Parts: sequence; C-alpha cells; structure tokens
Amino acid sequence: MTEGRNAPASVVVAEPAPAEPPDRREGFRDLAVAAASSKTFLTGAAILLFWVLMALFWGTVAPYDPQAVDPTASLAPPSAEHWFGTDNLGRDVLSRVLAGASSVLTVAPLGTALGMLGGIAVGLVTGYYRGRVDDVVMRVVDALLAFPLIIIAVLVLSVLGSSKVNVILVIGVVFTPIVARTVRSAVLSEREREYVAAARLRGESGAYIMVSEILPNILSPIAVEATIRLGYAIFTSATLSFLSLGIQEPSPDWGLTISLGRVYLQVAPWMVLFPALALATLVVAVNLVADGLLQAVEE
Amino acid sequence: MGRFLLRRLWLSAITLLLVSIVLFAVAEVLPGDVGRTILGPFATKAQVVQLNRELGLDRPLPVRYVDWLGGFVSGDWGQSPLLNTPVRPLVVERMINSLMLAAFVLALVVPVSIGLGVLAALHRDGPIDRAISVTGLSLIALPEFVVGVIVLVIFSVQLGWFPVSSQVPSANPVDVFRQFLLPSIPLMLVLFGYIARMARAGTVEALDSNYVRTAILKGLPRRTLIWRHVLRNALLPTISVVSVQVGYLFGGLVVIESLFNYPGIGKLLLDSAVGHDLPVLEATVLVVAVLYMLSNLLADSLYAVLNPRIRVSR
Amino acid sequence: MDVHSALSIEGLTISYLRRRRPLRVIEDLTLSIRPGEAYGLVGESGCGKSTVAMALMRYLPSNAVVDSGRIMFTGEDLLRVDEATLRRWRGSRMAMVYQDPASALNPSMRVGVQIAEVYRQHRGMYKTAAFEAAGAMLEKVRITDPGKVLRRYPHELSGGQQQRIMIAMALSTDPELLVLDEPTTGLDATVEAEVLDLVEQLRSDFDTSILFISHNLGVVGRVCERVGVLYAGRLIEEGPSEELLRQPRHPYTLGLLRCVPRRGMRKDALRLEPIPGSLPPLGADLPGCVYASRCPIALERCHVEPPPPYDTGNGRISRCHYHDEVPAIPLGEQQQQATPPSPPSDGVVLLRVEGLVKTYGTSRASVQAVAGVSFEVRQGEVFGLVGESGSGKTSLARCLSGLVDASAGDVTLEGFKLSAAEHRRNAELRRKVQMIFQNPDTSLNPQHSVRRILGRALRLLAGIKGRREQERRMLDLASSVRLEPRHLQVRPAALSGGLKQRVAIARAFAGEPALVLCDEPVSALDVSVQAAILNLLLDVQTARGVSYLFISHDLNVVRYLADSIGVMYLGQLVDVGPAQAVFDPPHHPYTEALVSAMTTLEDLDDPRPHVKLGGPMPSPSDPPSGCRFHTRCPRFLGDICRNEAPPWQRDGEGHQYRCHIPPGELRELQRTNGASPGEPASRPNGITPPKRTGNQGKKPRNRLP
Repeated sequence: MTEGRNAPASVVVAEPAPAEPPDRREGFRDLAVAAASSKTFLTGAAILLFWVLMALFWGTVAPYDPQAVDPTASLAPPSAEHWFGTDNLGRDVLSRVLAGASSVLTVAPLGTALGMLGGIAVGLVTGYYRGRVDDVVMRVVDALLAFPLIIIAVLVLSVLGSSKVNVILVIGVVFTPIVARTVRSAVLSEREREYVAAARLRGESGAYIMVSEILPNILSPIAVEATIRLGYAIFTSATLSFLSLGIQEPSPDWGLTISLGRVYLQVAPWMVLFPALALATLVVAVNLVADGLLQAVEE
Repeated sequence: MGRFLLRRLWLSAITLLLVSIVLFAVAEVLPGDVGRTILGPFATKAQVVQLNRELGLDRPLPVRYVDWLGGFVSGDWGQSPLLNTPVRPLVVERMINSLMLAAFVLALVVPVSIGLGVLAALHRDGPIDRAISVTGLSLIALPEFVVGVIVLVIFSVQLGWFPVSSQVPSANPVDVFRQFLLPSIPLMLVLFGYIARMARAGTVEALDSNYVRTAILKGLPRRTLIWRHVLRNALLPTISVVSVQVGYLFGGLVVIESLFNYPGIGKLLLDSAVGHDLPVLEATVLVVAVLYMLSNLLADSLYAVLNPRIRVSR
Repeated sequence: MDVHSALSIEGLTISYLRRRRPLRVIEDLTLSIRPGEAYGLVGESGCGKSTVAMALMRYLPSNAVVDSGRIMFTGEDLLRVDEATLRRWRGSRMAMVYQDPASALNPSMRVGVQIAEVYRQHRGMYKTAAFEAAGAMLEKVRITDPGKVLRRYPHELSGGQQQRIMIAMALSTDPELLVLDEPTTGLDATVEAEVLDLVEQLRSDFDTSILFISHNLGVVGRVCERVGVLYAGRLIEEGPSEELLRQPRHPYTLGLLRCVPRRGMRKDALRLEPIPGSLPPLGADLPGCVYASRCPIALERCHVEPPPPYDTGNGRISRCHYHDEVPAIPLGEQQQQATPPSPPSDGVVLLRVEGLVKTYGTSRASVQAVAGVSFEVRQGEVFGLVGESGSGKTSLARCLSGLVDASAGDVTLEGFKLSAAEHRRNAELRRKVQMIFQNPDTSLNPQHSVRRILGRALRLLAGIKGRREQERRMLDLASSVRLEPRHLQVRPAALSGGLKQRVAIARAFAGEPALVLCDEPVSALDVSVQAAILNLLLDVQTARGVSYLFISHDLNVVRYLADSIGVMYLGQLVDVGPAQAVFDPPHHPYTEALVSAMTTLEDLDDPRPHVKLGGPMPSPSDPPSGCRFHTRCPRFLGDICRNEAPPWQRDGEGHQYRCHIPPGELRELQRTNGASPGEPASRPNGITPPKRTGNQGKKPRNRLP
C-alpha cells in the first residue's frame, strides 16, 4: 500500500499519542531498559563481561602460570596441552592472553574514569556558568579535539617515563577536556529549559541546579561518551604498549606480546594471532555497547 | 563568510600558540633539573648551577619560551644531538614523505567510505546496510598495529608480493602502489569505519527531513531526489568528520610508519621520543600540530563554502 | 459516490502497527470535495487529521496499514494506482502545503530553483523558462521583489515568505487538489491573516479544490465552505461551515465551540466550558459511540451501539443518536455561574514598571529587546501583554521575574525595588513573583517526581521544611489545582499536557505569590484543555487575590481574560489601557491590525475587512526610525511618522497609545473603515497603504528577525 519511501517509521512522529507526550530525554532507567532490549548492546555487554571476569579471575581459570618459562616447549603450535600454543620462552599463550586482560582492563578504565570525572565537573561548571573565558577555552578545545592521543601520549611518556600510572594520567588528563566539551554542550541545551528557570526562580543554588536538576537529565549522553572514550582508551593503551611505551615486560599485556611476537610471526603466528583476536573482540565489545546505547538514546 | 573564516584563522593561531606553550612546558620544563640529570647525583651544587647557566637554563621561563619559540619561527630548529644533523631539513623531508602516504590513503578511503555510507543509508535496515554497518563496526575495532602486522606477514613475508620495508616511491604509479598499499590498509580500515558511519548518519538525517518530504510530494524522481536534495545536505556533516579523521590519521602514522619502516614524520616522532632527542621531538610535534590546524581550516573553509547558511550572510 | 466530486474518500480505515499490534487511527472515513470547493477538516491533536492528509498523498509511514477504503481522485483509486502515475500526479495534480515552512524547504537550494523544479519535472520546461515561470508564480502569491527572492536561500526569508513560497510551489501546476495541513500554525497572527487572505484570493485565480486541515475552528470557518469534524479518527459531523459552526449537531462540536472564548465573552460574565475527560488512547477498541464517555447527553444506547452517519438535512451529517437534542444542551452548571470577581483592589498598584530597557549583545552588535516600557499592574487584576515574535514580551517577562538583569529602568513591587536579578533578590521577593511557562513538557524536570517538584517549591518558597507539614500543604496545593494524590508520585512524562500545567501552576503558587507571570501558559495545549486551565487560573486568582501578567499571542484569550491590556511592538509598548478600551477604536493601528487578524467564529456573522500590513516585521536589531511601526502602518502619514517618535495620545478612561494621529481623528478613521452591520463583505479587502512613490527614505530592510 505504501511505496518504498523515506519517512520515519516511528508512530510517534506521525500521530502524537494523546495521553503521553513523547519525551525525548528519558531517564537513565528508561535508557537502561531500552538498552537491555537491544541485541547490539547485549552482545557487547556479554563479551565485555567475559573479559572483565577474566581480568579478575584469570588466576583460577588459566591452566598455567603466565610467567612460567619452559624452554623445552617453546614455539609449540596449539595442542591439547596448550590450546593456544606456546611462545618463544615456552610460556602458555592461552594463560598469557587471559592474564593480559587485567592489564588493559586496569589502565583503560581507570584512565577513562579519571577523564570522565574531570570532564563532568568541568563541563557542568563551564556549561552552567558560561562566560567569555569559557567560550574561548571551549573553542580552543574544539580545535584540538581530534589531535591524536597517541602523539600526546608518546610525547609525555617519553618525558615522564613509561609506567602504568603515567599512561592512566595521560589518558585522564587528555580526556578531561574532550569529555568536558560533550558534557558542556549537553548542559548548554538543558540550561535553557524552563525547569532550570523555575529552579532559579525558587532560589536554588548553582550547585544544586547543576547536580540535582541538570545532571540527571544528561546521563544518557554521558553514558554514551563514557563507552566511546573507553574504546579509545583501550585502543591507545594497547598501541602504546605495542610501541614499548606503556607497560613493561614481563607483563602479559596484549600489545606488548604482539610486539614481541612480531619477530616470530612466520614460525609461530599464534603468538600474535590470539592476543590480537582478544584485543579485537574487546574493542568490538565496547563499540557494540556504545552503539547499543546510542541507538537506545536516539529512540 | 569572510568573517567566519577570519575568526577560524585567528582561533587556529591562538590554538597553535597554546600548543607551543604546552609543548614547551612538557618538553623543556617537566624533565626537571637538566644539569643535575646530565652530571649525575654526585656532582656538586656549584657544578650543576654552572652547567645550567651555560645551557641557558637559569633564565626566567617566559624568556626561555620566547627564545625557544622564536627559534622555530625564524627557521632555526636546532641540531639533533642524536643524529648530528640540522633538524629542519630532516623534519621537512619526513613531513613530505608522510603527506604523500596520507594523501594516498585519503584518496582511496574517502570516496569509498562516503559512497558505501550513503548506499547503506539508502537501503536502510536492509541487508546491504547491515553488511556495511557491521563491517564498519568491526573494522574500527582493529587497532592499526594488529592489522599492520597481519598484513605485513601475509603479503610481504609469506607471499612476497610487497616489500617488507616501504620506501618513498618514485613517480611511477606502479611503484607508488607497491610501496604504499600495505601500510595504507590498516589506516584505511579504521578510517572507513568512521567515515562510512558518518556518511550514513548524515544521509539518514537528510532522508528523514521535511524538505525531502516536500520533494517527494512534488513528484520528483528518485535520482533527482538523491542527488539534488539528499546528498547536498547529507555530506555537510561528513566533511567535518573527515577533518577529524585526518587528525586520527596522523596518530595512526606513528604506528604504521614504525612498523613498515617508512621514513615519515610519525616514525621520526617515535624514534626521537624513545631516544630523548628533544629538538627533533619538539619540532615534529609542532609540525604535526600545524598540519592538523591546516587541515581543520581547510575543512572549515570547505564547509563554509558548501553551507549556504554560512556562505550567504555574516 | 458523487460523480461530480474532485476527491472522494470512501470508508477509509487505517491502522498503525506498534510492536506488531494494530492500532486503529482512522475509522470508516467518508467525505467528498467538489471541484473548486474548500473543505475544512477540524480536530484536536491525536484525532488523525494529519494521517488523512498523508494518506491522500499516499505518504504513510511504513508501519501504517490501510485496512479498507478507497480514495477516488479523477476517476482512479489513489491507493491503488501504480508508482509511476503517483509520481506524475504528485506535485502536478495534487499538492500539499504543511506546517513549519522553514524545515520544508531545502536549505541548500535557492528557492527559485526549488519552485522551478516543479515546472521542469511536470511541464518539461528548461531551466531558464522554468525559473521565469517561478518568478511569475511568486508574483501571484504577492511576494515583493520576486526577482531577488528567487535567488535567496530559505534561511534568508521570513516565515510568512517561506509559506508563500510553499504555496507557490504547490499551485504552480494548477493542481486539482490542494491539501493544506495546518499551514498557519506557528506563524504570527498578522502573518497568518496574510496567508489566509492569500489563500482566499488565490481561489479565484485557480480552480483548485482545497482540503484545509486545522485545529482552529475560526480559521476553518473563515476559509472553507464545508467542514468536517474529526474525533478519534471518526468523522462525527459534517456540513456547510456557517451552519455547522452556528448550530452544531454533535455534542463534541458543541463542546469545542463552547470552550473557546468568543467576542463579547468576558470572564466576569461567563465561564469557559471545558470538555471533561480525555481523548481515548490511540487504537482503543470502543463499543458504541467513541465520544460517549465524555458526552453530556449520552445514554445507555450510546455506549453500546456505534452511531451511523445520520442525515440531518441540508447536506449535513452527524454521528450522534440524539443529534436533534444537541441544540438544546444547556450550558454546564459551572458555565452558568460566572467566575466570581476577584476581591476589589481599590486600584492599588502592585507592580510599577518605568522605562524598562533590556539590551542583548555586545557594544558592537546589540539588540534592544525591550526599549523603554512603562506600565502598571493593579492588585488582583489580569494584565494582558500582547505582541508577536520580536515584540520583546518574553524578554520583559524575564526581566520582571529576575531571570535576566534589566539594562535600565525601575521596577517596584508593593513599593520595593525589583530591578535586581534573581540571585540578588531575597527569599521574600522571590516568593512574591513567580512564573508559569509555556511548554509543559520542559517546565517540569522530567527526572523529578511531582512530589519532589512541589516539595522543593514548598521548602524554598514557603519555608516549609518539616515533612509532615510539607505533606499536608502539598495535598492542599494539589487539590487547589484539582490534582489527585495519586498524581504526586509519578514523573511528568506520565501526565498529560493539562495535568503538567496544573503542576506548574501549583508550583508557582506554593509560596502564596503576589504576582504571577504567565508566559503563554495555554498556547501549547489543546483547545478543550485550555478552557480548563484558564478557568483554574481564574479560580486560583479569586481564592488568593493574586495579579497576573498574562502574556499571549492569542487575542481571543486575552480579550476574555484581561482587565488591562498592553500591546508591544518591536520592544515598545504602543497601546495600553483597560481591556475594552484597547480593543475598540480608537487604538493604535497595530492593535487595529491585530484585532482584525483575529479569526473568530463571530466573523461568520459579521465579516469585517482585514487590515493589511505592508512588508515583513523589521528586525529588532535594526528598528525603523521615528515611529517603529511606520514601515508597515496602513495609516502612514508621511515624513512625520518616519522622523519623529510619536507621542502618547490619551483617550480618557486610562487608555493611551503612541501615534501621531489624535484620538478623535483616529476614532473616525477606524470606525468608518470597520464594517458596520449590514455592510456587504464585498468591500475592498482592508485598507491598502497609501501609494509609495520613488525613494521613500529609509527602506525597510528585509532582514531576518
């Protein structure tokens, strides 16, 4: 009956339901419910959960000690004893892969959390109070928004030295303005809404308005931003350790093992293949979660 | 439009200035007492002070900064202690090499990504859309070094089709392909994910808009609709994303050039960072910042020209 | 099927699929439009009228299903023709104009090209010829300077111009059917009047049949010969517009007519009568008459047997078993009592505003939103503030409430100075001046429950911190706005627009304010709900003796409600005084235009020519010299208006207006040009501005507001 055309499929747009005006910005609860019914989100969350559990409990799950060296079994292909084979030092690749999860899942989430906290605080304040300084600062941040994190990290780490803590700090500090910008633009649109004006007319303090009135309404974009940032953080910390700038030997960190395994790629590709797959699945998982959230927000 | 661009130019200048300040702070100030680091813990205080004075490190910070910045602006970029060669020609040469590779990557990936993104939107929710979106999503997930390593091993080590180390190619297009194809693949895969996604989103937004509804109700045929009404508006947001991706590209170059041993600015950055070659490191970061600003400006100008709201008025 | 009809909808039934379940949206719709006739389809939001429009153009969303029915257009069923034919017909034999013209035009294409497209597509013309034809069309829709406008982009044009362009596009191929879906909603009153005038004029040039969809009975009554009323997807009444609107034969139509303020209706004489209950949810399966649950004369039969379309004579149809009894339905009990008048105030001045100025922007590029406004609001009165977009009324409200700092001027409330911004006001002042906002969806925090919203207000404005006391007062407050206790624990999203607005009212009254600023409080609500809220506002005022500053663009409502009125234009107050005095001549020419732009049901009885304003609204950032209204004034005198700011003319009874024409003369001018009873409506339409010759000094700049 209808030709293939390009109108939105949702009913709400065509005919507003009388008793329930559609409210775009739903609460966090509604977002969670919507997300939970999204296959994308669930798949991603499941994989993510798997890796988080591995990061916490690899000690009990891994068949071997990731650092246990066994020269006799070096460079052995995947077999019944070593599902993922062994590396040049005879270490079991499966165990190293499982253990490696904790490395990337410590640094990246902590760095992201740091960035989110800083960014939310800065974003709330600058978005609500605004002012000339804030405008200029934000434009500068805008201009630098996509400046590659890698380059900054390389610079800073070479000066400060490579360590987990430094990587976390770099990620946190660089993410803060990026997150602040997203939070700020969300705050900017919320503060024009009449409920904020009503709060001001009641005489609510600025802090109350920012935290109790505005923040609950911008949780959705914050959640989406957090997952996107996490993806970048994982990406970046893996790349850094690949470049030997982040985490040091003998950590079973994936980026590091891939870097070490490069030389042996022709003879023992499994050394590189499995950590690479692990990394890929983790990043895919985070991206799926982000996508699922984004879809839920848009509906 | 003129005022818009002027403001952007002004903003870029300020931003670069800020970048230089941060760079100076990180590179020259953070490392701490250089004199002490060089002489070691057993040297006397007097000796350290003496050395610092000789190195000019006891001057007040703003003076040092102006001096430092002045050096760059005037063209004197110093000497590399590691490589024992003047910094500027080195950095410029490497920059050109990287630009060549970057141009190759962009020339291939941008049209393909935009095309596929638009295609996905036009067949929204259908199998084509699913395929493209899922592919894009998965490709984003693969860090460049992973793809780079795999590609390197399969195509050059195992099959020998391409050289293991990429060099700067000659003008011959076949040679260009030979040298550039492998290193571009990891870069292209990630960029494809982002650009295709943005193109799709922009097209979907245009498709759902009221003005497309008007055009449909005017009885316009599909082709006119897509080319004249949808694409013109869909591609505007995509352009701004491409400029963001250029920034990302520079980051990817660091890894890829190192992996493929390509003499570009990314590799230079990494080498100088690892080797604590400060003059080269600083110059490289500044050059990258300038290139980044320029690409942003270019994208902004393009956007201003294409968007009538900005082009006509102000 | 009527062989002579241009369009004939027969038994159309449409459902939407939501989560796989079909929800019935249109039920058995049958109507026909004769060639050259204008048919108005009226209904509130959610009745399905837009769906009808979309179905006609066969542009339904992908989850819509046409269950049955035909749409016969020039002998073929629109629902069944093939794609190629449909594409050929769209834009050439049937065209559509809808709401929000700004988003309906492609922002990247010049408007001339967009119109020319139609010619190229349907008439096979080449580029240049098509462009020229577009120019000719623009002249037909009375766009000044068509050559220039053709080359403009949509964002450079005003709302009125954009809508004219949409109309031009639609009529360019002389279609047989033109569908207008809420074409003037969202436009300023004077612009709306222009567009409607244009539609009327064009009907004589073109022979098009028109389907005019709107929620506004007055507008439809003015433009259309026949009217159909839609309720919950069913056509419940149909007939010639004049007759139907004067003598409805369905309780719903009657209800609609009774809840809208009419000329001559004043709050102290009659109350508005809202329709109790609410629209049935989408797709509800209702046995019997769909209106039965809200109907004042519903009997047993109505709940069981769905009424068929009864023929009530003279081409009229009504779906009501008891349609004969409709004319005799008495006024509701409430309506029979007038609102008790507010306690006498002795004319004590509550709020005094003197020379208020509000400037936005930097020293280089500034906009004077409020340019020196002075007026008084007495205790217990309703002061209506009227103006169109760019008038500055919202900025004025924000200054008074304290949300923004005034740039200059004095404001005193009960003798206390009030200029300071809200963060500098003390709690006492804050509770005395409160505000009710326009948009019920965004004036309540969607994440807070009603209890929390009201609790917070009680705590901060009334100083009530103890839980038990708070709970008690909250229940009091809720009942005073007719909210039930169960409404307290939910979040705003679960409430309808009317209920949300009640919460907003309760919130404003939590601290027993002296002055409440109402910024378009009912504009976003359906007509039947508006009446209830207006009644509530009046009741609360009586109970608590507050004063209202009632801002609205809807003069119908203001005329009903206000004791005094102020009319604003481009940041200045041009007319102020007791309500009746402002509405009758002599009054400012702008007020005159606004009053004549009101499309009320009374116009059917007593058609008055409409005052036409020349040119678009100037931008507040660049107001005209001398009298700000001179660029559009139909009573423009000459240089004096251009160069000198007009003085205040006093008309006795406390009414004053700014004009160079003194009251006696103005009264004569305005009385003779108004239609006296018995005058045929064939007078030339309105007063045309005096011919302008050559260089008129300062040309009104066409800048976007």
